[in-house]
Amino acid sequence: MNGPDLLGKHFGVLKSRMGTFYPGSHVVFRGHDLHQDLKDMDWLALYVFGITGRRFGETQLRLMHAIWTYTSYPDVRLWNNRVAALAGSTRSTGTLGMAAALAVSEASIYGGGILMRAIEFFIRCRQRIEQGEDLIACIHQELAAHRSIGGYGRPLINGDERIEPLLTLARSLGLDQGPHLKLAFDVEARLLGGRWRMKMNYAALVAALGADLGLSAREFYLFMFPVFLAGMPPGYIEAGEKPEGTLYPIPCDHILYEGQSRRTWPRSNNS
Amino acid sequence: MADNSNPHTIRTSIWREEAEADNPFATRVAYCRGYDVYGEMLGQARWVEMLYLLFMNEAPTPAQAELLESLALALANPGPRDPSVHAAMCGGVCGSTAASSLMAALAVGAGQLAGGREVYNAATGWAACGTDLAAWRHWFAEPAIEPGSVWSTPEHPPGFDAHGVSTATPVKQTLACLAGYGVGPRLPWLLKNQPDLEAAAGRPLALSGVAAAAFVDLGFSPEQSEMLHLLLRLPGAAAHALEQRPMGYKKFPFGVVELEGDAAEQTA
Repeated sequence: MNGPDLLGKHFGVLKSRMGTFYPGSHVVFRGHDLHQDLKDMDWLALYVFGITGRRFGETQLRLMHAIWTYTSYPDVRLWNNRVAALAGSTRSTGTLGMAAALAVSEASIYGGGILMRAIEFFIRCRQRIEQGEDLIACIHQELAAHRSIGGYGRPLINGDERIEPLLTLARSLGLDQGPHLKLAFDVEARLLGGRWRMKMNYAALVAALGADLGLSAREFYLFMFPVFLAGMPPGYIEAGEKPEGTLYPIPCDHILYEGQSRRTWPRSNNS
Repeated sequence: MADNSNPHTIRTSIWREEAEADNPFATRVAYCRGYDVYGEMLGQARWVEMLYLLFMNEAPTPAQAELLESLALALANPGPRDPSVHAAMCGGVCGSTAASSLMAALAVGAGQLAGGREVYNAATGWAACGTDLAAWRHWFAEPAIEPGSVWSTPEHPPGFDAHGVSTATPVKQTLACLAGYGVGPRLPWLLKNQPDLEAAAGRPLALSGVAAAAFVDLGFSPEQSEMLHLLLRLPGAAAHALEQRPMGYKKFPFGVVELEGDAAEQTA
């Protein structure tokens, strides 16, 4: 079935295996009563349950919490956080500022875009190695396609202060022995040994840990969506407490103009 | 002062400002690509000329301005059945902020079904295939897949109607109108070869496909085409969101959910 027949079949009724709410009665969340079966669930556990339909153990959830916590930076220089803070400075609403900041976090050199690339690469690379391919061939192919490996190198500095704390925690939880994490270090070793000189960054580490937790690329991508959120409200609040417009004020002569010099508008074009 | 060593400057080839004598943060004159915006363009230039100038290095020719204006009219309102406008109305019916309605329209209208990404993909097709029907056939047969992208794999040929049976009348009317400006080779070629291209795609042409051809004929890159498509579809979303606001959610479709599988066990 396709075309208008397919659309017509879906007209008026929404079929769902995910859930619904019955006003005044109860809520079904992936087949469970939210206020009975799931009422004591940790919020993150519920969030991941909503994404995967699976329940994760206490140690796994602790690692997931830490993945979010360790990259919550209240620094408005970071481009996504700055969006939230600029919203505070212009007296926009907190929701608009932080929603836009989260959307901006789906960037190609950090955040959503790179996280997706990293986990997809690890999962695909591991499958190919299991089929007998060489790691270096996987790396070369990825570099040919993207000129970089998702999760290696870093926009500001080639090193990452988040790695050691998260690895220490993963080790203490017994979650540092997965095959994707091993692969992530193997890739780093090859990249450091070659001419690329790129170290693993947080994206690669959490992508590898996510894959070892059993998350698919899509599940991991959605799990990571709010990862920077906790660092955003402080900037929004502080900017709102300062005089309006005082975050990143830029004098007119601080535009470094590199375009056409002064010219007259071609009024003949208006005819 | 702005110079290459100053880390606090913004680099741009679009905009330059001169400050008022009494305030370095207040604009006395603003230049867009070298033209005095408020002293010369205002009252002289059309909005679409300003729009084109912002994205390109030169002002549009009269024919380019006419094409862009007609394209903007064609895209201005996808209508209340369109998912992006529907999303904007979801903001309107419950009194959400104005910006949230536009953000909703942008998010939903960004996708690969009639949205910005579809136009990006279709514009990429025009850049790769041009007016070569054989190249289009190959492009349809072997679509480029980008592993690890945040965008899912396209489910239909970009620029063509996922659920269409025949070419919708507004699509034909828009193509005929836009091709008439004679701005570039793609729109006239599309008008002439529409049946063959539709046969190759296995789908009727969609408005997004016409828009992509028009954007590329105007000289816009796939990235610029995507951005302009997002921008030009917002007026309808805004108007419909505002219209729904006083009517409220009770006069807006809510729907009925039928649970399937394990979830159905909890419906009692």
